[in-house]
Amino acid sequence: MTNIIETFKLTKKFNGLTAVDQLDISVESGEIFALLGPNGAGKTTTISMLCTILKPTSGTAKVNGFDIVKESMQVRKSIGIVFQDPSIDDRLTGRENLFMHANLYGVPASEQKNRIDSVLKLVELEDRADDLMRTYSGGMRRRLELARGLIHYPKVLFLDEPTIGLDPQTRDHVWTYIRELKETHDITVVLTTHYMDEADRLSDRIAIMDYGKIIALDTPSELKDTLEGDVVIIKAANPDAVVSLVKEKMGLTQTHKVNGTVEVTVKNGKSMLPRIVDTATQNKIFIESISLREPNLEDVFLHYTGRTIRSDNSREPHGISAIKRRRIR
Amino acid sequence: MTELRGFYTLWFREVKRYLRDRIRIVSSFFQPLLWLVIFGTGVRFSGQIGGLNYQEYIFPGIIGQALLFTSMFMGISVIWDKEFGFMKEILVAPVSRVSIFLGKMIGDSTDALIQGTIVFFLALLLGIKADPITYLAALPVMLLITFGLVSVGLTIASLMGSLESFGAVQSFINLPLFFLSGALFPLTGPGIPEWLQIATRVNPLSYGVDALRTIILGSAWQFPLQPLYVNLGIVAVFDVVMIVIGTWAFSRMK
Repeated sequence: MTNIIETFKLTKKFNGLTAVDQLDISVESGEIFALLGPNGAGKTTTISMLCTILKPTSGTAKVNGFDIVKESMQVRKSIGIVFQDPSIDDRLTGRENLFMHANLYGVPASEQKNRIDSVLKLVELEDRADDLMRTYSGGMRRRLELARGLIHYPKVLFLDEPTIGLDPQTRDHVWTYIRELKETHDITVVLTTHYMDEADRLSDRIAIMDYGKIIALDTPSELKDTLEGDVVIIKAANPDAVVSLVKEKMGLTQTHKVNGTVEVTVKNGKSMLPRIVDTATQNKIFIESISLREPNLEDVFLHYTGRTIRSDNSREPHGISAIKRRRIR
Repeated sequence: MTELRGFYTLWFREVKRYLRDRIRIVSSFFQPLLWLVIFGTGVRFSGQIGGLNYQEYIFPGIIGQALLFTSMFMGISVIWDKEFGFMKEILVAPVSRVSIFLGKMIGDSTDALIQGTIVFFLALLLGIKADPITYLAALPVMLLITFGLVSVGLTIASLMGSLESFGAVQSFINLPLFFLSGALFPLTGPGIPEWLQIATRVNPLSYGVDALRTIILGSAWQFPLQPLYVNLGIVAVFDVVMIVIGTWAFSRMK
Protein backbone atom coordinates (compact mmCIF):
# COMPACT_ATOMS: atom_id res chain seq x y z
CA MET A 1 0.00 0.00 0.00
CA THR A 2 1.24 3.45 -0.86
CA ASN A 3 0.65 6.46 1.28
CA ILE A 4 -1.47 9.07 -0.45
CA ILE A 5 -1.12 11.53 2.42
CA GLU A 6 1.92 12.02 4.61
CA THR A 7 2.43 14.80 7.12
CA PHE A 8 5.81 15.89 8.41
CA LYS A 9 5.70 17.62 11.81
CA LEU A 10 2.68 19.56 10.57
CA THR A 11 2.03 22.42 13.00
CA LYS A 12 -0.42 25.31 13.15
CA LYS A 13 -0.46 27.99 15.82
CA PHE A 14 -3.08 30.71 16.25
CA ASN A 15 -1.89 33.61 18.38
CA GLY A 16 0.35 31.36 20.44
CA LEU A 17 -2.28 28.65 20.83
CA THR A 18 -1.12 25.43 19.21
CA ALA A 19 -4.05 23.99 17.29
CA VAL A 20 -2.09 21.25 15.55
CA ASP A 21 1.09 20.06 17.20
CA GLN A 22 3.84 18.40 15.10
CA LEU A 23 1.50 15.97 13.43
CA ASP A 24 3.06 12.92 11.75
CA ILE A 25 0.45 10.74 10.11
CA SER A 26 0.17 8.80 6.90
CA VAL A 27 -2.99 7.77 5.13
CA GLU A 28 -2.94 4.75 2.85
CA SER A 29 -4.32 4.91 -0.64
CA GLY A 30 -7.89 3.65 -0.78
CA GLU A 31 -8.74 3.67 2.91
CA ILE A 32 -11.30 5.59 4.90
CA PHE A 33 -9.38 7.44 7.55
CA ALA A 34 -11.13 9.17 10.44
CA LEU A 35 -9.84 11.94 12.63
CA LEU A 36 -11.83 11.56 15.80
CA GLY A 37 -11.79 14.02 18.63
CA PRO A 38 -13.77 16.61 20.59
CA ASN A 39 -14.46 20.09 19.24
CA GLY A 40 -11.25 22.09 19.27
CA ALA A 41 -8.98 19.07 18.97
CA GLY A 42 -7.49 20.44 15.73
CA LYS A 43 -9.25 18.21 13.22
CA THR A 44 -10.64 20.94 10.99
CA THR A 45 -7.37 22.86 11.18
CA THR A 46 -5.52 19.72 10.04
CA ILE A 47 -7.89 19.24 7.10
CA SER A 48 -7.71 22.92 6.19
CA MET A 49 -3.94 22.67 5.94
CA LEU A 50 -4.12 19.50 3.85
CA CYS A 51 -6.59 21.26 1.53
CA THR A 52 -4.22 24.26 1.24
CA ILE A 53 -6.77 26.65 2.76
CA LEU A 54 -4.48 27.34 5.72
CA LYS A 55 -0.72 27.60 5.61
CA PRO A 56 1.10 25.55 8.27
CA THR A 57 3.11 27.50 10.86
CA SER A 58 5.82 24.88 10.46
CA GLY A 59 6.22 21.44 8.96
CA THR A 60 4.48 20.33 5.80
CA ALA A 61 2.57 17.48 4.18
CA LYS A 62 2.24 15.70 0.89
CA VAL A 63 -1.10 14.94 -0.70
CA ASN A 64 -1.09 12.71 -3.78
CA GLY A 65 2.67 13.28 -3.93
CA PHE A 66 2.40 17.09 -3.99
CA ASP A 67 3.64 19.44 -1.31
CA ILE A 68 0.77 21.39 0.27
CA VAL A 69 2.84 24.57 0.56
CA LYS A 70 4.86 24.57 -2.66
CA GLU A 71 2.46 22.80 -5.01
CA SER A 72 -0.89 23.92 -3.71
CA MET A 73 -2.49 24.14 -7.16
CA GLN A 74 -1.61 20.47 -7.87
CA VAL A 75 -2.94 19.49 -4.45
CA ARG A 76 -6.19 21.33 -5.16
CA LYS A 77 -6.63 19.43 -8.40
CA SER A 78 -6.20 16.12 -6.56
CA ILE A 79 -8.77 16.63 -3.83
CA GLY A 80 -12.45 17.10 -3.20
CA ILE A 81 -13.79 18.72 -0.05
CA VAL A 82 -17.06 18.76 1.79
CA PHE A 83 -16.78 21.54 4.32
CA GLN A 84 -18.22 21.47 7.81
CA ASP A 85 -20.35 24.53 7.04
CA PRO A 86 -22.64 24.63 4.04
CA SER A 87 -20.92 25.97 0.91
CA ILE A 88 -23.46 25.98 -1.89
CA ASP A 89 -25.02 28.84 -3.83
CA ASP A 90 -28.65 28.53 -2.83
CA ARG A 91 -29.80 30.97 -5.52
CA LEU A 92 -28.74 28.47 -8.14
CA THR A 93 -30.22 25.05 -8.82
CA GLY A 94 -28.50 21.88 -7.73
CA ARG A 95 -27.48 21.13 -11.29
CA GLU A 96 -26.10 24.65 -11.79
CA ASN A 97 -23.99 24.28 -8.67
CA LEU A 98 -22.60 21.05 -10.05
CA PHE A 99 -21.87 22.53 -13.48
CA MET A 100 -20.07 25.41 -11.86
CA HIS A 101 -17.93 23.07 -9.83
CA ALA A 102 -17.13 20.96 -12.90
CA ASN A 103 -15.95 24.08 -14.71
CA LEU A 104 -13.89 25.33 -11.79
CA TYR A 105 -12.13 21.98 -11.63
CA GLY A 106 -11.56 21.71 -15.36
CA VAL A 107 -13.78 18.72 -16.10
CA PRO A 108 -13.90 18.41 -19.92
CA ALA A 109 -17.13 19.93 -21.27
CA SER A 110 -17.99 16.75 -23.15
CA GLU A 111 -17.99 14.70 -19.93
CA GLN A 112 -19.74 17.16 -17.65
CA LYS A 113 -23.31 16.14 -18.33
CA ASN A 114 -22.68 12.42 -17.84
CA ARG A 115 -20.72 12.87 -14.66
CA ILE A 116 -23.30 15.23 -13.19
CA ASP A 117 -26.13 12.85 -14.01
CA SER A 118 -24.30 9.96 -12.40
CA VAL A 119 -23.44 11.77 -9.16
CA LEU A 120 -27.01 13.06 -8.92
CA LYS A 121 -28.17 9.48 -9.22
CA LEU A 122 -25.72 8.39 -6.58
CA VAL A 123 -27.16 10.80 -4.02
CA GLU A 124 -30.74 10.31 -5.27
CA LEU A 125 -31.36 13.93 -6.16
CA GLU A 126 -32.19 13.55 -9.87
CA ASP A 127 -35.77 14.73 -9.50
CA ARG A 128 -34.81 17.85 -7.53
CA ALA A 129 -31.74 18.78 -9.56
CA ASP A 130 -33.40 21.68 -11.36
CA ASP A 131 -34.93 23.30 -8.29
CA LEU A 132 -33.25 26.25 -6.62
CA MET A 133 -31.18 24.97 -3.73
CA ARG A 134 -32.85 27.31 -1.27
CA THR A 135 -35.81 24.92 -1.44
CA TYR A 136 -33.65 21.94 -0.37
CA SER A 137 -33.68 20.46 3.12
CA GLY A 138 -30.48 20.31 5.16
CA GLY A 139 -29.97 16.65 4.30
CA MET A 140 -30.46 17.24 0.59
CA ARG A 141 -27.96 20.09 0.61
CA ARG A 142 -25.47 17.84 2.33
CA ARG A 143 -25.98 15.11 -0.24
CA LEU A 144 -25.51 17.58 -3.07
CA GLU A 145 -22.27 18.75 -1.49
CA LEU A 146 -21.11 15.16 -1.35
CA ALA A 147 -22.01 14.70 -5.00
CA ARG A 148 -20.20 17.89 -5.88
CA GLY A 149 -17.02 16.70 -4.20
CA LEU A 150 -16.93 13.76 -6.63
CA ILE A 151 -17.51 15.33 -10.04
CA HIS A 152 -13.85 15.90 -10.79
CA TYR A 153 -12.81 12.37 -9.71
CA PRO A 154 -10.62 13.44 -6.79
CA LYS A 155 -7.91 11.14 -5.50
CA VAL A 156 -8.70 12.15 -1.94
CA LEU A 157 -12.07 13.24 -0.62
CA PHE A 158 -12.03 15.27 2.59
CA LEU A 159 -15.22 15.25 4.63
CA ASP A 160 -15.30 17.66 7.54
CA GLU A 161 -17.99 16.48 9.95
CA PRO A 162 -20.05 15.02 7.10
CA THR A 163 -23.20 14.34 9.09
CA ILE A 164 -23.25 17.16 11.63
CA GLY A 165 -26.78 18.39 12.24
CA LEU A 166 -28.43 15.65 10.17
CA ASP A 167 -31.27 13.43 11.35
CA PRO A 168 -30.45 9.76 12.06
CA GLN A 169 -32.02 8.49 8.85
CA THR A 170 -30.09 10.91 6.65
CA ARG A 171 -26.89 10.16 8.54
CA ASP A 172 -27.40 6.52 7.75
CA HIS A 173 -27.87 7.36 4.06
CA VAL A 174 -24.74 9.48 3.97
CA TRP A 175 -22.72 6.70 5.56
CA THR A 176 -23.94 4.26 2.95
CA TYR A 177 -22.96 6.67 0.17
CA ILE A 178 -19.49 7.18 1.56
CA ARG A 179 -18.93 3.43 1.77
CA GLU A 180 -20.20 2.97 -1.78
CA LEU A 181 -17.99 5.76 -3.02
CA LYS A 182 -14.93 4.17 -1.67
CA GLU A 183 -15.79 0.90 -3.37
CA THR A 184 -16.94 2.24 -6.73
CA HIS A 185 -14.63 5.21 -7.26
CA ASP A 186 -11.35 3.97 -5.84
CA ILE A 187 -10.78 7.07 -3.75
CA THR A 188 -9.29 7.73 -0.36
CA VAL A 189 -11.60 9.34 2.17
CA VAL A 190 -10.39 11.41 5.10
CA LEU A 191 -13.12 12.48 7.47
CA THR A 192 -13.30 14.29 10.75
CA THR A 193 -15.96 13.55 13.27
CA HIS A 194 -16.76 13.81 16.92
CA TYR A 195 -19.36 11.08 16.63
CA MET A 196 -18.02 7.79 17.93
CA ASP A 197 -20.54 5.71 16.00
CA GLU A 198 -19.62 7.47 12.77
CA ALA A 199 -15.92 6.72 13.14
CA ASP A 200 -16.69 3.18 14.19
CA ARG A 201 -19.05 2.35 11.34
CA LEU A 202 -17.29 4.13 8.52
CA SER A 203 -13.58 4.03 8.87
CA ASP A 204 -10.82 1.55 8.23
CA ARG A 205 -8.51 3.37 10.61
CA ILE A 206 -9.12 5.97 13.29
CA ALA A 207 -6.73 8.57 14.63
CA ILE A 208 -7.89 9.87 17.98
CA MET A 209 -6.94 13.50 18.24
CA ASP A 210 -6.83 15.70 21.31
CA TYR A 211 -5.22 19.09 21.86
CA GLY A 212 -3.60 19.02 18.43
CA LYS A 213 -1.94 15.62 18.87
CA ILE A 214 -2.70 12.09 17.79
CA ILE A 215 -3.05 10.04 20.94
CA ALA A 216 -4.00 6.72 19.33
CA LEU A 217 -4.17 5.40 15.80
CA ASP A 218 -5.50 2.02 14.72
CA THR A 219 -8.45 0.13 13.29
CA PRO A 220 -11.70 0.48 15.25
CA SER A 221 -11.53 -3.09 16.49
CA GLU A 222 -7.86 -2.89 17.48
CA LEU A 223 -8.55 0.30 19.38
CA LYS A 224 -11.34 -1.40 21.29
CA ASP A 225 -9.13 -4.42 21.93
CA THR A 226 -6.50 -2.22 23.58
CA LEU A 227 -9.01 -1.86 26.38
CA GLU A 228 -8.61 -5.59 26.98
CA GLY A 229 -12.03 -6.56 28.14
CA ASP A 230 -15.36 -5.36 29.34
CA VAL A 231 -16.78 -2.30 30.94
CA VAL A 232 -18.44 -2.65 34.32
CA ILE A 233 -20.95 0.07 35.11
CA ILE A 234 -21.70 0.73 38.75
CA LYS A 235 -24.47 2.97 40.02
CA ALA A 236 -24.12 4.11 43.62
CA ALA A 237 -25.25 6.92 45.89
CA ASN A 238 -21.64 7.91 46.45
CA PRO A 239 -19.72 7.28 43.20
CA ASP A 240 -16.52 8.91 44.50
CA ALA A 241 -16.32 6.37 47.30
CA VAL A 242 -16.78 3.57 44.77
CA VAL A 243 -13.99 4.96 42.56
CA SER A 244 -11.48 5.13 45.39
CA LEU A 245 -12.56 1.71 46.67
CA VAL A 246 -12.16 -0.01 43.30
CA LYS A 247 -8.92 1.76 42.53
CA GLU A 248 -7.21 1.39 45.89
CA LYS A 249 -8.61 -1.79 47.42
CA MET A 250 -8.91 -3.78 44.20
CA GLY A 251 -6.09 -2.23 42.14
CA LEU A 252 -8.28 -1.59 39.08
CA THR A 253 -6.71 1.55 37.64
CA GLN A 254 -9.01 1.89 34.60
CA THR A 255 -11.77 3.42 36.68
CA HIS A 256 -13.56 6.63 35.76
CA LYS A 257 -16.57 8.54 36.94
CA VAL A 258 -18.86 9.16 33.95
CA ASN A 259 -22.04 11.19 34.35
CA GLY A 260 -22.58 10.14 37.97
CA THR A 261 -21.88 6.45 37.40
CA VAL A 262 -18.63 4.59 37.74
CA GLU A 263 -17.12 2.73 34.79
CA VAL A 264 -14.41 0.15 35.29
CA THR A 265 -12.60 -1.50 32.42
CA VAL A 266 -11.54 -5.02 33.33
CA LYS A 267 -10.28 -8.15 31.59
CA ASN A 268 -12.88 -10.62 32.69
CA GLY A 269 -15.99 -8.70 33.55
CA LYS A 270 -18.20 -11.63 34.47
CA SER A 271 -16.02 -12.88 37.31
CA MET A 272 -15.27 -9.34 38.43
CA LEU A 273 -18.91 -8.43 39.11
CA PRO A 274 -19.39 -10.46 42.34
CA ARG A 275 -15.94 -9.47 43.63
CA ILE A 276 -16.73 -5.76 43.26
CA VAL A 277 -20.06 -6.22 45.05
CA ASP A 278 -18.38 -8.22 47.87
CA THR A 279 -15.65 -5.66 48.42
CA ALA A 280 -18.18 -2.86 48.46
CA THR A 281 -20.33 -4.65 51.02
CA GLN A 282 -17.32 -5.34 53.25
CA ASN A 283 -16.48 -1.62 53.17
CA LYS A 284 -20.09 -0.68 53.82
CA ILE A 285 -20.57 1.03 50.47
CA PHE A 286 -24.02 0.57 49.01
CA ILE A 287 -24.25 -0.28 45.30
CA GLU A 288 -27.59 0.44 43.61
CA SER A 289 -26.97 -1.52 40.43
CA ILE A 290 -24.14 -3.07 38.47
CA SER A 291 -23.98 -4.12 34.82
CA LEU A 292 -21.61 -5.18 32.08
CA ARG A 293 -21.13 -4.16 28.43
CA GLU A 294 -18.74 -4.44 25.51
CA PRO A 295 -16.30 -1.55 25.18
CA ASN A 296 -16.98 1.11 22.54
CA LEU A 297 -14.90 3.97 21.10
CA GLU A 298 -16.21 6.28 23.77
CA ASP A 299 -14.37 4.10 26.28
CA VAL A 300 -11.26 4.20 24.12
CA PHE A 301 -11.35 7.97 24.17
CA LEU A 302 -11.91 8.00 27.90
CA HIS A 303 -9.05 5.55 28.33
CA TYR A 304 -6.57 7.77 26.47
CA THR A 305 -7.68 11.19 27.64
CA GLY A 306 -9.38 10.62 30.97
CA ARG A 307 -12.32 12.62 29.62
CA THR A 308 -15.46 11.82 27.70
CA ILE A 309 -15.55 13.26 24.21
CA ARG A 310 -18.55 15.45 24.99
CA SER A 311 -17.28 16.96 28.19
CA ASP A 312 -15.22 19.67 26.53
CA ASN A 313 -17.17 21.73 24.06
CA SER A 314 -15.91 25.15 24.88
CA ARG A 315 -12.64 25.32 23.00
CA GLU A 316 -13.93 25.76 19.49
CA PRO A 317 -16.55 28.49 19.28
CA HIS A 318 -16.32 28.17 15.49
CA GLY A 319 -17.72 24.67 15.56
CA ILE A 320 -20.58 25.64 17.79
CA SER A 321 -21.54 28.64 15.72
CA ALA A 322 -21.54 26.39 12.69
CA ILE A 323 -24.08 24.12 14.33
CA LYS A 324 -26.21 27.07 15.32
CA ARG A 325 -26.10 28.44 11.79
CA ARG A 326 -27.34 25.15 10.45
CA ARG A 327 -30.24 25.19 12.84
CA ILE A 328 -31.39 28.63 11.80
CA ARG A 329 -31.83 27.60 8.19
CA MET B 1 -7.74 26.81 -20.33
CA THR B 2 -8.84 25.96 -16.81
CA GLU B 3 -8.27 29.58 -15.87
CA LEU B 4 -10.42 30.80 -18.72
CA ARG B 5 -13.18 28.36 -17.87
CA GLY B 6 -13.02 29.38 -14.20
CA PHE B 7 -13.28 33.02 -15.24
CA TYR B 8 -16.23 32.31 -17.51
CA THR B 9 -18.02 30.27 -14.84
CA LEU B 10 -17.81 33.02 -12.26
CA TRP B 11 -18.87 35.66 -14.79
CA PHE B 12 -21.83 33.55 -15.81
CA ARG B 13 -22.89 33.02 -12.22
CA GLU B 14 -22.96 36.72 -11.42
CA VAL B 15 -25.06 37.52 -14.49
CA LYS B 16 -27.42 34.60 -13.99
CA ARG B 17 -28.05 35.47 -10.35
CA TYR B 18 -28.67 39.07 -11.31
CA LEU B 19 -31.12 38.31 -14.11
CA ARG B 20 -32.97 35.93 -11.85
CA ASP B 21 -33.56 38.68 -9.31
CA ARG B 22 -36.39 40.54 -11.04
CA ILE B 23 -37.25 42.68 -8.05
CA ARG B 24 -33.72 44.02 -7.99
CA ILE B 25 -33.88 44.95 -11.65
CA VAL B 26 -37.27 46.65 -11.38
CA SER B 27 -36.39 48.53 -8.21
CA SER B 28 -33.09 49.59 -9.73
CA PHE B 29 -34.50 52.15 -12.09
CA PHE B 30 -36.86 53.63 -9.53
CA GLN B 31 -34.25 55.89 -7.93
CA PRO B 32 -32.85 57.27 -11.21
CA LEU B 33 -36.44 57.88 -12.26
CA LEU B 34 -37.03 60.01 -9.15
CA TRP B 35 -33.92 62.07 -9.84
CA LEU B 36 -34.73 62.58 -13.49
CA VAL B 37 -38.46 63.20 -13.22
CA ILE B 38 -38.97 64.99 -9.91
CA PHE B 39 -35.62 66.54 -9.12
CA GLY B 40 -34.87 67.15 -12.79
CA THR B 41 -38.22 68.78 -13.61
CA GLY B 42 -38.16 70.87 -10.45
CA VAL B 43 -34.73 72.33 -11.06
CA ARG B 44 -35.30 72.61 -14.81
CA PHE B 45 -37.73 75.43 -14.28
CA SER B 46 -35.43 77.33 -11.96
CA GLY B 47 -32.69 77.87 -14.51
CA GLN B 48 -30.42 76.52 -17.18
CA ILE B 49 -26.86 75.22 -17.14
CA GLY B 50 -24.66 76.29 -20.02
CA GLY B 51 -27.57 76.61 -22.37
CA LEU B 52 -28.90 73.15 -21.57
CA ASN B 53 -32.12 72.41 -19.77
CA TYR B 54 -31.48 70.75 -16.43
CA GLN B 55 -32.90 67.35 -17.31
CA GLU B 56 -30.56 67.15 -20.26
CA TYR B 57 -27.70 68.22 -18.05
CA ILE B 58 -28.21 65.64 -15.33
CA PHE B 59 -29.12 62.78 -17.65
CA PRO B 60 -25.51 61.58 -18.14
CA GLY B 61 -24.95 62.22 -14.43
CA ILE B 62 -27.87 59.98 -13.48
CA ILE B 63 -26.46 57.21 -15.65
CA GLY B 64 -23.18 57.73 -13.80
CA GLN B 65 -25.05 57.55 -10.51
CA ALA B 66 -26.81 54.32 -11.51
CA LEU B 67 -23.44 52.83 -12.45
CA LEU B 68 -21.87 54.05 -9.22
CA PHE B 69 -24.54 52.73 -6.88
CA THR B 70 -24.99 49.37 -8.59
CA SER B 71 -21.27 48.79 -9.03
CA MET B 72 -20.43 49.54 -5.42
CA PHE B 73 -23.38 47.51 -4.21
CA MET B 74 -22.18 44.46 -6.15
CA GLY B 75 -19.57 43.89 -3.47
CA ILE B 76 -22.38 42.61 -1.32
CA SER B 77 -22.25 39.29 -3.17
CA VAL B 78 -18.79 38.73 -1.68
CA ILE B 79 -20.10 39.30 1.84
CA TRP B 80 -23.00 37.00 1.05
CA ASP B 81 -20.70 34.30 -0.28
CA LYS B 82 -18.48 34.58 2.78
CA GLU B 83 -21.48 34.44 5.11
CA PHE B 84 -23.06 31.41 3.45
CA GLY B 85 -19.80 29.62 2.87
CA PHE B 86 -19.86 29.56 -0.90
CA MET B 87 -16.68 31.64 -1.03
CA LYS B 88 -14.78 28.64 0.35
CA GLU B 89 -15.88 26.50 -2.58
CA ILE B 90 -14.52 29.13 -4.96
CA LEU B 91 -11.33 29.86 -3.09
CA VAL B 92 -10.29 26.23 -2.77
CA ALA B 93 -10.82 25.49 -6.47
CA PRO B 94 -7.71 25.08 -8.62
CA VAL B 95 -8.21 28.49 -10.23
CA SER B 96 -5.95 31.49 -9.62
CA ARG B 97 -7.19 34.40 -7.57
CA VAL B 98 -6.69 36.68 -10.56
CA SER B 99 -9.21 34.68 -12.59
CA ILE B 100 -11.59 34.55 -9.64
CA PHE B 101 -11.43 38.29 -9.17
CA LEU B 102 -11.72 39.10 -12.87
CA GLY B 103 -14.63 36.69 -13.35
CA LYS B 104 -16.55 38.19 -10.50
CA MET B 105 -15.59 41.76 -11.39
CA ILE B 106 -16.54 41.57 -15.06
CA GLY B 107 -19.70 39.64 -14.19
CA ASP B 108 -20.73 42.40 -11.79
CA SER B 109 -19.78 45.04 -14.36
CA THR B 110 -22.04 43.34 -16.86
CA ASP B 111 -24.89 43.58 -14.35
CA ALA B 112 -24.16 47.27 -13.74
CA LEU B 113 -24.10 47.82 -17.48
CA ILE B 114 -27.58 46.33 -17.80
CA GLN B 115 -28.66 48.80 -15.14
CA GLY B 116 -27.07 51.73 -16.98
CA THR B 117 -28.77 50.62 -20.19
CA ILE B 118 -32.15 50.59 -18.49
CA VAL B 119 -31.61 54.16 -17.29
CA PHE B 120 -30.50 55.22 -20.76
CA PHE B 121 -33.66 54.04 -22.43
CA LEU B 122 -35.74 55.41 -19.59
CA ALA B 123 -34.52 58.81 -20.65
CA LEU B 124 -35.87 58.32 -24.16
CA LEU B 125 -39.33 57.92 -22.67
CA LEU B 126 -38.87 61.22 -20.86
CA GLY B 127 -38.23 62.99 -24.12
CA ILE B 128 -34.53 63.52 -23.61
CA LYS B 129 -33.02 63.30 -27.01
CA ALA B 130 -30.64 60.39 -27.26
CA ASP B 131 -30.50 57.84 -30.03
CA PRO B 132 -29.31 54.22 -30.31
CA ILE B 133 -26.06 55.30 -31.93
CA THR B 134 -25.28 57.53 -28.97
CA TYR B 135 -26.01 54.51 -26.80
CA LEU B 136 -23.51 52.37 -28.68
CA ALA B 137 -20.90 55.08 -28.25
CA ALA B 138 -21.68 55.42 -24.55
CA LEU B 139 -21.57 51.67 -23.91
CA PRO B 140 -17.76 51.20 -23.77
CA VAL B 141 -17.46 54.32 -21.61
CA MET B 142 -20.05 52.94 -19.20
CA LEU B 143 -18.16 49.67 -19.05
CA LEU B 144 -14.89 51.49 -18.38
CA ILE B 145 -16.53 53.37 -15.50
CA THR B 146 -17.94 50.21 -13.91
CA PHE B 147 -14.67 48.24 -13.88
CA GLY B 148 -13.02 50.57 -11.39
CA LEU B 149 -16.13 51.08 -9.28
CA VAL B 150 -16.97 47.38 -9.07
CA SER B 151 -13.36 46.74 -8.06
CA VAL B 152 -13.72 49.28 -5.24
CA GLY B 153 -16.89 47.53 -4.06
CA LEU B 154 -15.30 44.06 -4.24
CA THR B 155 -12.16 45.25 -2.46
CA ILE B 156 -14.14 46.77 0.41
CA ALA B 157 -16.31 43.68 0.67
CA SER B 158 -13.38 41.28 0.75
CA LEU B 159 -11.82 43.28 3.60
CA MET B 160 -15.06 43.65 5.60
CA GLY B 161 -16.35 40.98 7.89
CA SER B 162 -20.05 41.73 7.95
CA LEU B 163 -22.97 43.07 6.02
CA GLU B 164 -23.35 45.93 8.48
CA SER B 165 -19.80 47.21 8.15
CA PHE B 166 -20.00 46.92 4.38
CA GLY B 167 -23.16 49.03 4.37
CA ALA B 168 -21.60 51.62 6.66
CA VAL B 169 -18.50 52.02 4.50
CA GLN B 170 -20.67 52.21 1.40
CA SER B 171 -22.67 55.17 2.65
CA PHE B 172 -19.38 56.91 3.48
CA ILE B 173 -18.16 56.53 -0.07
CA ASN B 174 -21.19 56.55 -2.37
CA LEU B 175 -22.75 59.92 -1.66
CA PRO B 176 -19.52 61.97 -1.59
CA LEU B 177 -18.46 60.38 -4.88
CA PHE B 178 -21.89 61.13 -6.32
CA PHE B 179 -22.16 64.75 -5.11
CA LEU B 180 -18.60 65.55 -6.12
CA SER B 181 -18.85 64.05 -9.59
CA GLY B 182 -20.61 66.89 -11.36
CA ALA B 183 -23.60 64.63 -11.90
CA LEU B 184 -26.12 67.10 -10.48
CA PHE B 185 -24.44 70.49 -11.00
CA PRO B 186 -21.29 71.72 -12.69
CA LEU B 187 -18.38 71.85 -10.31
CA THR B 188 -15.86 73.50 -12.57
CA GLY B 189 -17.67 76.47 -14.05
CA PRO B 190 -17.12 80.12 -13.07
CA GLY B 191 -17.92 81.07 -9.48
CA ILE B 192 -17.46 77.56 -8.02
CA PRO B 193 -15.31 77.71 -4.85
CA GLU B 194 -11.73 76.45 -5.14
CA TRP B 195 -12.12 73.62 -2.58
CA LEU B 196 -15.08 72.17 -4.42
CA GLN B 197 -13.16 72.25 -7.70
CA ILE B 198 -10.23 70.42 -6.12
CA ALA B 199 -12.48 67.78 -4.59
CA THR B 200 -14.07 67.22 -7.98
CA ARG B 201 -10.76 66.74 -9.68
CA VAL B 202 -9.70 64.13 -7.14
CA ASN B 203 -12.86 62.13 -7.77
CA PRO B 204 -12.32 59.60 -10.60
CA LEU B 205 -16.07 59.47 -11.25
CA SER B 206 -16.00 63.15 -12.35
CA TYR B 207 -14.03 62.17 -15.41
CA GLY B 208 -16.38 59.27 -16.16
CA VAL B 209 -19.46 61.47 -15.90
CA ASP B 210 -17.77 64.16 -17.96
CA ALA B 211 -16.91 61.64 -20.67
CA LEU B 212 -20.50 60.40 -20.75
CA ARG B 213 -21.76 63.96 -20.97
CA THR B 214 -19.43 64.77 -23.85
CA ILE B 215 -20.59 61.71 -25.75
CA ILE B 216 -24.30 62.02 -25.02
CA LEU B 217 -24.71 65.79 -25.35
CA GLY B 218 -22.06 66.33 -28.00
CA SER B 219 -21.20 69.94 -28.80
CA ALA B 220 -24.12 71.17 -26.69
CA TRP B 221 -21.91 70.56 -23.63
CA GLN B 222 -19.64 73.58 -23.37
CA PHE B 223 -17.73 73.10 -20.11
CA PRO B 224 -15.92 69.76 -20.31
CA LEU B 225 -13.57 68.95 -17.45
CA GLN B 226 -11.01 67.52 -19.87
CA PRO B 227 -11.01 66.51 -23.50
CA LEU B 228 -12.69 63.14 -24.02
CA TYR B 229 -9.51 61.12 -24.48
CA VAL B 230 -7.95 62.56 -21.30
CA ASN B 231 -11.13 61.72 -19.38
CA LEU B 232 -11.06 58.16 -20.65
CA GLY B 233 -7.33 57.85 -19.94
CA ILE B 234 -7.82 58.89 -16.33
CA VAL B 235 -10.71 56.44 -15.86
CA ALA B 236 -8.63 53.66 -17.42
CA VAL B 237 -5.71 54.32 -15.06
CA PHE B 238 -8.13 54.28 -12.13
CA ASP B 239 -9.49 50.93 -13.36
CA VAL B 240 -6.06 49.35 -13.58
CA VAL B 241 -5.07 50.56 -10.12
CA MET B 242 -8.31 49.29 -8.60
CA ILE B 243 -8.11 45.93 -10.37
CA VAL B 244 -4.59 45.41 -9.00
CA ILE B 245 -5.71 46.36 -5.49
CA GLY B 246 -8.81 44.17 -5.80
CA THR B 247 -6.80 41.15 -6.92
CA TRP B 248 -4.48 41.69 -4.00
CA ALA B 249 -7.43 41.90 -1.60
CA PHE B 250 -8.88 38.67 -3.01
CA SER B 251 -5.58 36.83 -2.79
CA ARG B 252 -5.33 37.46 0.94
CA MET B 253 -8.90 36.36 1.61
CA LYS B 254 -9.21 33.08 3.53
